[in-house]
Amino acid sequence: MPLLAVAALAAVTYAFRLAGPLLRDRVTVPPAAQRLLSSAAAVLLVSLAATSALTAGHGFAGWARPAGVLAAGVLAARRAPFPVVVVTAAAVTALLRLGGIR
Amino acid sequence: MKRTTGGRRTSRALLRDVALVCLADGIVGLSFGATAVAGGLPWWLPVAMSLLVFAGGAQFAAVGVVLAGGSPAAAVAAGAVLNTRLFPYGLAVADVTGPAGPPGSPRGRWWVRLLGAHLVTDESVAFALRGDGPAGRRAGFWTCGAALFAAWNVAVLLGAAVGSAVKNTAAFGLDAAFPAVLLALALPTLADRRTRAAAFAGASAAVALTPFLPAGLPVLAGLGGLAAGWRPRRPGRLRGRLPGRLAGRLPGRRPGRSRRGAAG
Repeated sequence: MPLLAVAALAAVTYAFRLAGPLLRDRVTVPPAAQRLLSSAAAVLLVSLAATSALTAGHGFAGWARPAGVLAAGVLAARRAPFPVVVVTAAAVTALLRLGGIR
Repeated sequence: MKRTTGGRRTSRALLRDVALVCLADGIVGLSFGATAVAGGLPWWLPVAMSLLVFAGGAQFAAVGVVLAGGSPAAAVAAGAVLNTRLFPYGLAVADVTGPAGPPGSPRGRWWVRLLGAHLVTDESVAFALRGDGPAGRRAGFWTCGAALFAAWNVAVLLGAAVGSAVKNTAAFGLDAAFPAVLLALALPTLADRRTRAAAFAGASAAVALTPFLPAGLPVLAGLGGLAAGWRPRRPGRLRGRLPGRLAGRLPGRRPGRSRRGAAG
């Protein structure tokens, strides 16, 4: 991944960040559009979570990783502290791999 | 940084919550640096990315695309789409990202505004939105934004060092940390039934398309899931932007509202 790509992503990201504060007084986002953007962000987050939990390259990531993510998801749904959620994901996955499950 | 309202108790609670979030994201940053370097990228690349892009999801997405063999253009596109959410975030917290003072005061410290914009993240917006009053919002945003920027970049640097030293990062399960964080971030937004339907449809489509599409595109295709959850709402039910619901993930106020309450 060339440095140019990093710079491009950084520039686009910063433009999105700065646009809100700069345009606040000039544009009002209609509530419907705002809801659409909100839902889009949620859909992207969950889609990215699902693909990064279940797939590696073009194939299945193996059982260990999704198992760790699932355990973490259960804890998150029960409002466990964030660090506990993250460490659980890594620990469950690592232990499964240690036990020979990929 | 001002912390005037709320008093000592609030600001101590704020610091504690910010520290917890920094710790969690630090683990994610560690896994990001380690994953990128163990995958064969030079150590400075994840480090530069973290300083300049400073958006974990987009960084993971872009590096993930590259490590999976995708083109740099696809990597940038995946990261960029993921970061479009920063625009509505920026609108939602525009009152606190700039210098303090009456809005529209001419030629305020413009560099404070430029700096504040760089600190807009899921976490800092969530802290801003649960702050009490203008000063509380400002304190939440800047405390979280600045602490997270420091924690994230230090963690990624450490992770890059770990990735260079330990080749087999998979043995430590670090690859599971990132999806776990995304899931934890997304869970509160899924309380809304339409959003849940859209997210489920989108995620299913993204996973199903992964074997067939170039890396990075399946997640973008998941946006099609929006169609599954989309119904025009009655104006009387307009409440809560995403950041508000995102803020629900954090400890603190979250008024429980009966879902079917006043529907006539």
